[in-house]
Amino acid sequence: MTTAREVDVLIVGAGPAGLAAAARLAAAGVGRVEVLEREAAAGGVPRHCAHGGYGTFLHPLTGPAYARLLVTAAGQAGATVRTGVTALDWAGPLSLHTLSPDGPETVAARAVVLATGARERPRAARLVPGTRPAGVHTTGELQRAVHLHGQHIGTRAVVVGAEDVSYTAADTVRAAGATVVAMLTEHTRAQTAPARAADHRLRHGVPLLTGTTVTELLGHGRLSGVRVRHRDGRTAVLPCDTVVFTGDFVPDHELARRARLLLDPGTRGPAVDGALRTSRPGVFAAGSLAHPAESAATATRDGVHAAGAVLAHLGGARLPPGVPLAVAAPLRWIAPNRVTPSDRLPYVLRTATELARPVLYVTQNGRVLHRERLRTALPNRTLRLPAGWTHRVDPGAGPVSVSVSVSVTVS
Amino acid sequence: MTVTARGPLPAEPYDVVIVGAGVVGCAIARALARRPRLRVALVEAQDDIGQGTSKANTAILHTGFDAVPGSLEARLVREGARLLTAYAAESGIPLDPVGALLVAWDEEQLAALPRLAEKAERNEYRDASLLGPAELHEREPHLGPGALGALHVPGESVICPWTTPLAYATQAVQHGVDLHLNSRVEQVSRRGDTHTLGTGRGTLRARRLVNAAGLHADTLDRRLGHHDFTVTPRRGQLIVFDTLARDLVRHILLPVPTALGKGVLVAPTVYGNVLLGPTAEDLDDRRATQSTAEGLTALRAQGARILPALLDEEVTAVYAGLRAATEHEDYRITAHPRDGSVTVGGIRSTGLTASLAIAAHVTGLLADETGLDLGPARALEPVRMRDPRPSADRIAADPEYGTLVCHCEHVSRGDLRDALAGPIPPRTLDGLRRRTRARAGRCQGTYCGPAVRALLEETTRA
Ligand SMILES: Cc1cc2nc3c(=O)[nH]c(=O)nc-3n(C[C@H](O)[C@H](O)[C@H](O)COP(=O)(O)OP(=O)(O)OC[C@H]3O[C@@H](n4cnc5c(N)ncnc54)[C@H](O)[C@@H]3O)c2cc1C
Ligand SMILES: Cc1cc2nc3c(=O)[nH]c(=O)nc-3n(C[C@H](O)[C@H](O)[C@H](O)COP(=O)(O)OP(=O)(O)OC[C@H]3O[C@@H](n4cnc5c(N)ncnc54)[C@H](O)[C@@H]3O)c2cc1C
Repeated sequence: MTTAREVDVLIVGAGPAGLAAAARLAAAGVGRVEVLEREAAAGGVPRHCAHGGYGTFLHPLTGPAYARLLVTAAGQAGATVRTGVTALDWAGPLSLHTLSPDGPETVAARAVVLATGARERPRAARLVPGTRPAGVHTTGELQRAVHLHGQHIGTRAVVVGAEDVSYTAADTVRAAGATVVAMLTEHTRAQTAPARAADHRLRHGVPLLTGTTVTELLGHGRLSGVRVRHRDGRTAVLPCDTVVFTGDFVPDHELARRARLLLDPGTRGPAVDGALRTSRPGVFAAGSLAHPAESAATATRDGVHAAGAVLAHLGGARLPPGVPLAVAAPLRWIAPNRVTPSDRLPYVLRTATELARPVLYVTQNGRVLHRERLRTALPNRTLRLPAGWTHRVDPGAGPVSVSVSVSVTVS
Repeated sequence: MTVTARGPLPAEPYDVVIVGAGVVGCAIARALARRPRLRVALVEAQDDIGQGTSKANTAILHTGFDAVPGSLEARLVREGARLLTAYAAESGIPLDPVGALLVAWDEEQLAALPRLAEKAERNEYRDASLLGPAELHEREPHLGPGALGALHVPGESVICPWTTPLAYATQAVQHGVDLHLNSRVEQVSRRGDTHTLGTGRGTLRARRLVNAAGLHADTLDRRLGHHDFTVTPRRGQLIVFDTLARDLVRHILLPVPTALGKGVLVAPTVYGNVLLGPTAEDLDDRRATQSTAEGLTALRAQGARILPALLDEEVTAVYAGLRAATEHEDYRITAHPRDGSVTVGGIRSTGLTASLAIAAHVTGLLADETGLDLGPARALEPVRMRDPRPSADRIAADPEYGTLVCHCEHVSRGDLRDALAGPIPPRTLDGLRRRTRARAGRCQGTYCGPAVRALLEETTRA
């Protein structure tokens, strides 16, 4: 066993969350802040999002521009961003085995931030039956193929999903010179801004099949079509040579699992409290790993926030653990998903079904801590819950629950 | 070394042509490579070796404890297991001697265990032992509730199903066997003592013919005028779970066969995944390697009983293979002395295990029954298959081994480069995956797919 190289804070993953954390930590004067990135370039998912949708309303940016901004900021603040380095496994509670062209190494830190992101579930993980032809992608793979490698992707594509990332996939298909034959969603309508959905339907003439699922992939060698089924039982074959499975994010939680961190059953990422602390002291989780997947702005905000908690940890603060925060169906998950009375980070939630003007109830032991009416909620869209109620949490009174009551439930 | 995938085929007759480069055909080619005087060709319809049934099985190296005693299959499985275990060690084929537990879930299955133990004895397997429920749950803490006992068969192993035929074929071509891919044998005629084989790439001539065409062995046999058996493909669908599920299971968990059917197994793989399957569906279509909603639902229902926690894990792949079942309860390995051919048919569900013993048996038939003069034998230079583990030494020698491309399976650029430059190079992404594991992990190519494709296209264009 070689001896470990020591740093102050080790951050795994140079996406928006990891880079934002690194920038703030370095700017706050932490000596050795090191970010490990397994890809050849830092920036995370935005690197291959060669479209708008990043930055702020006043300063819209493309993904790559946003990535460059974050990389530059982290570097200028004094953090070290090492690309081509994979964190393989844990060597100790706060040290990791890494691998790079320089060989294996062990790096030990005083705090570790996991910011390893989330991926879209590929076809097999969704248990879509059929043959195993070429031409089956996720949005992430499609974007890498088209925007990072300039590869040809077929001519006629079906996009599975109708949320923001699905429309991004449709844009990427078109950018690659192919046609979007149809988009489809199991839900009753698109889960994106109405203007965006209308633009695809009307200007690009892409039909959106609602209440529809893919039941089989067809074709030997190359995809020849997808069989779909409508909720009413009708089936059809859509001839195509490409299909893109979009959304359905799952955290890249391998390191979290290997550390045996407590996982949240809803997000499947590590359970975190409002300081983004995991169940292991000194290990923090930020970005899509903790909530698969929110906007890059949310990931960046997480990174900044986690940095604050890391600073407190480095300063010797040792807070008691939070109590579990769980959602009740039809809500799917909430993050953070542990809570302490001092938590201030706003919450993000997802619902499994469409909810018309739902009222959220936060309760502990039957006691209502908070009530909040939301606008109509759609699956695969972010719901937000401010953290103004957390001071009412009794750390000794057991789990806190978030549930909804609705006037009408659609779908 | 001759490996071709296009262009005309050699005109000069071969002493032996083996049709079908599955694990069986490749093993036979390797066995004949030990005879330097023979000119041998292995011809394959597809663009890679091992792309038929051999790529889609449960990857178990069986002891043969539950074979039909006295059958040819029983003997060849028993001998094959021993031979392949040794060969795997010599060649660096991944193998994990995990052992198997036949788990009884009801009284009928429990009652069957002692009979299976006796059957194992009759198959010359003496290490099987019965376990009570307490010991069973101690060995398999994640097993579902209700298991009543088990038969422990410590000799069962899991092996890499892709490296095995590749090792055989590599060794064969390195010792002078010609491999012709993309050469489906469509016609066969015999004039004098020579077969003329019509393929999409022209004709090949052969003094002896070995029919190792798997699911199509009966079709090829009929072209030779033999009507011994008919293949009825029996589909087996399988679900592969992510490596993070590996800690849930320590042995191969086999079902106890009863009158009601065979049931499904849960088995670790040499790469740390967990398999659930296979189904058993008799079909007509020999290309029906698709999975079905019914099949996957049935597997998940059975898996939920065997290892409930498994179903919470991510699925990395779903696939299906077709067993070359026939109307007979044994292999159909037959020599046809009059036309100088040997048919290797009906290698249903144990062909990976038995491959080396089948090859030895077929070599014997070629000599004894078809009168082929094998000539002197030589020892083969061992083949060393790739050791994929990143290590300090390898990376110090070449940093490309430290540049990971496939993050889920930790496959480096160096390993991809080596596979692409191998003696039997892959021609497709799937071929590259079988050689390196690139794109075989939980993301299924979301992260590395385009980068791997770029490397493949760079090589195939060059
Ligand atoms: C196709 C697509 C389109 C999107 N479009 C938009 C959009 O228009 N606007 C928007 O706001 N958001 C968008 N998002 C979401 C946004 O990109 C994510 O919210 C954001 O990237 C999350 O940041 P992150 O830092 O948590 O993770 P990521 O950006 O995923 O970064 C994680 C990083 O960790 C690295 N890593 C993982 N494991 C290891 C390891 N073991 N060792 C070393 N490094 C490791 C990865 O290589 C990766 O670079 C999109 C997402 C996708 C997939
Ligand atoms: C679901 C399942 C699970 C199994 N599990 C196990 C297991 O755990 N352990 C075990 O030992 N065995 C197992 N098996 C059995 C094992 O996979 C087979 O016995 C073995 O792969 C058969 O090999 P083969 O070479 O005979 O056939 P194949 O691999 O099918 O090879 C035949 C080859 O011939 C080629 N071919 C066909 N026709 C022509 C032609 N006219 N011209 C040229 N080429 C042609 C095909 O393209 C193919 O490549 C399993 C099988 C299945 C389906």
